[in-house]
Amino acid sequence: MTVRDKAPVTTRTGPLLFKIVMLALVDAGALFAMSILVTKGSYVAFTIMLLATVGINAIYLSKRALPAKYITPGVIFLAVFQVFVIGYTVYIAFTNYSTGHIISKGQAIEALLSQSQSRLPDSAQYPVTVVRDGSDLGFLVTSADGTALVGFADEPLHKVEASYDGAGKAVATSGTTTLSFGDILAVQQDVFDLAIPVSDSAADGTLRTQDGRSAFIYVSDLHYDAATDTLTNTATGVVYTDGGRGSFVDSDGNEILPGWQVAVGWHNFTSALSETSILGPLLRVIVWTLVFATLSVVLTFGLGLGISLLFDQRGMRGRTLYRIIMVLPYAFPAFLGALIWAGMLSKSFGFINQVLLGGAAVPWLTDPTMAKVAVLLVNLWLGFPYMFLVTTGALQAVPEEAVEAARMDGARPWQVMRYVKMPLVLVSTAPILISSFAFNFNNFNIIYLVTGGGPRDVSASIPVGHTDILISLVYKVAFTGQQRDYGLASAFSILIFILVATISIISFRKTKTLEEID
Amino acid sequence: MSTHDRRPQYQSTALERASRAFRRTGWRHLVAWVLCAFALLPLVYVLSAALNPHGTLTGSNRLFREVGLDSFHRLLNSDQYPFLTWFKNSLIIGLTTAVLSVFLGALAAYAFSRMRFVGRRPGLLSLVLVQMFPQLLAVVAIFILLTKIGEVIPAIGLNTQAGLIAVYLGAALGVNTYLMYGFFNTVPKDIDEAAKIDGAGHVRIFFTIILRLAAPILAVVSLLSFIASFNDFVIASVVLIDTDKQTLAVGLYRMVSNANYGDWSAFAAGAVVASLPVLVLFLFLQRYIVSGLTSGAVK
Repeated sequence: MTVRDKAPVTTRTGPLLFKIVMLALVDAGALFAMSILVTKGSYVAFTIMLLATVGINAIYLSKRALPAKYITPGVIFLAVFQVFVIGYTVYIAFTNYSTGHIISKGQAIEALLSQSQSRLPDSAQYPVTVVRDGSDLGFLVTSADGTALVGFADEPLHKVEASYDGAGKAVATSGTTTLSFGDILAVQQDVFDLAIPVSDSAADGTLRTQDGRSAFIYVSDLHYDAATDTLTNTATGVVYTDGGRGSFVDSDGNEILPGWQVAVGWHNFTSALSETSILGPLLRVIVWTLVFATLSVVLTFGLGLGISLLFDQRGMRGRTLYRIIMVLPYAFPAFLGALIWAGMLSKSFGFINQVLLGGAAVPWLTDPTMAKVAVLLVNLWLGFPYMFLVTTGALQAVPEEAVEAARMDGARPWQVMRYVKMPLVLVSTAPILISSFAFNFNNFNIIYLVTGGGPRDVSASIPVGHTDILISLVYKVAFTGQQRDYGLASAFSILIFILVATISIISFRKTKTLEEID
Repeated sequence: MSTHDRRPQYQSTALERASRAFRRTGWRHLVAWVLCAFALLPLVYVLSAALNPHGTLTGSNRLFREVGLDSFHRLLNSDQYPFLTWFKNSLIIGLTTAVLSVFLGALAAYAFSRMRFVGRRPGLLSLVLVQMFPQLLAVVAIFILLTKIGEVIPAIGLNTQAGLIAVYLGAALGVNTYLMYGFFNTVPKDIDEAAKIDGAGHVRIFFTIILRLAAPILAVVSLLSFIASFNDFVIASVVLIDTDKQTLAVGLYRMVSNANYGDWSAFAAGAVVASLPVLVLFLFLQRYIVSGLTSGAVK
């Protein structure tokens, strides 16, 4: 009886309704995205999306699969933005994805054909009226047979109903405003730069005007022949062929951009390993990354431990206040700490040189060696409070009996420290030292916000500086400068993956043996 | 006479005592003061620079020589730097990430802690393994993926805060799930057994028992994810393009990307305002955070 009475509690309609509404929203979003994916022709993404949606519905509509109901929401984010992106990085590393190689081959051909256009020698003159739709300028064209066509920069000419003036020229159409002569003068340059595609195919050329009243057809000097997959420059007669690296090249190997995205196999890896202008700096960056991470851990741990020992004295006054002050740098947002130090270390205006060193001109951020010292100093400031907290906890956890027993055996204070406390502290903090190493291995903020990786290494062909670590190198290759090379940056990322994995495996094994000693 | 005799002797013991006291704790205070100066220097300096009415880096070197709120005024009324918008963005992104990542993490941790199913152990192990690879290593792939997502659904693509939050959620889930899994295991199972006998379903047990009892750790984990997204520069700088969509980390960096020429006092004022909520929260919850950070290694 009692069980029956309670039964309605577990099957209330509220939660069920909530579930159905949420599921309906997810499905609606998925259907919307899938419909766009189909029209774009992205069938792989469509299939993945479809399978995921079906899976989610199956999990939440089934009476079983209870654990999956709890785990799925989180796993979706984890799968896409943590697991998939790692695989995607590998894929990008094998492509030439970079500035000038972003789009597909078809788009690249269209782009090439709309470049370097000149006026078609026998082009007829078309009467045009400049119109405006929102912020877009366009042409209202009267064709030879008197019909009206309208087009914008991203919208090829198409037929419309229009009203005509006495001379049979279309002057207005609904949905747009006609610009007066004065209006045109105000946006003169925009009107002259306007190129309205004649049709969907770039080969048909564009309409351009030089007076705002009449337009001519301009076509590209390049002609694309789909059968032979070649571009021919009709003016010079040069023939460009697909060079196999995502661009058209002439017989001398000169490429014309934009190119397109294409798989290039191991090219990114081999060029990193064979070109000395990349390999040299890369090796230096790897060494510095390891040195930086190791020294950061050693210095912060050393200072943190030193401070814990300093305060490890009963009856010392003001310990609580000291402790709060020591923790402050850790509580302060790290990115701000790094930026403030960067200002303080400025060579000619900074606080350190001007006030603390009495007007010295130490090149903290501009000399290769001093910049390394500077980032280590700043990282020491940012990192020692954490180590102080950790070692304080570890010291307090050393059993009193062990210390007492050592004293009874006649051990001096430093012997107690060296042979009893230190081993215990090291064992219990070893995992933290390893995770601290892993963190500093990829400590982007400190490098990028303090020195920007600089000073710049001028001998390198990639944007790299003397304090760059691997992750800041990846960022600079991919996101700074004129030439952004996503493929090469991803190849560097994979290098980091391999290094991190190797170091983690080794250190996990070591800590296991450490734990066994304990 | 006798007092005369004793005096020098008394003095020498006082000196001795003082030197013994110094050897015992006095030198510790001396070292502690030096360390305090090191810890406090940038913080005092930035406060002084923020109160400095003039804008330059050089002008900020004389600590507290001039005090005024001009730079705060300049910062809040700047046409070039929408500081309040950045602040709002950082808060929205940070809070949403914190709440959602803790909630989603708690859901998963509940399943791992209270249910037995095929693939439970491999699932937990792969959570730990995935966390070995920090998300920022894949920053290039994230950028391109969000660009492609944006071509299909602009609302969660590149240059949107929703997209950035989704990326942060992916990064936070592994750690959060694992942290909370450990904590949920310490909540006695007898309590939910009892509730089950009284007719409570798994949903009710999760919301009214587990989440209630785990409130302190939920607060700490959400604070840690808030701080992590607040401090993030790499991914935020790549994902958010428009100035008025950016976060404090990216915006304040742009403000002083050339420290010699930027409005240093206005930046310092921004740094003070931006760090206050984090500092206060941190010191307030310090005990919990420290125990949460070290519980894995130091028992």
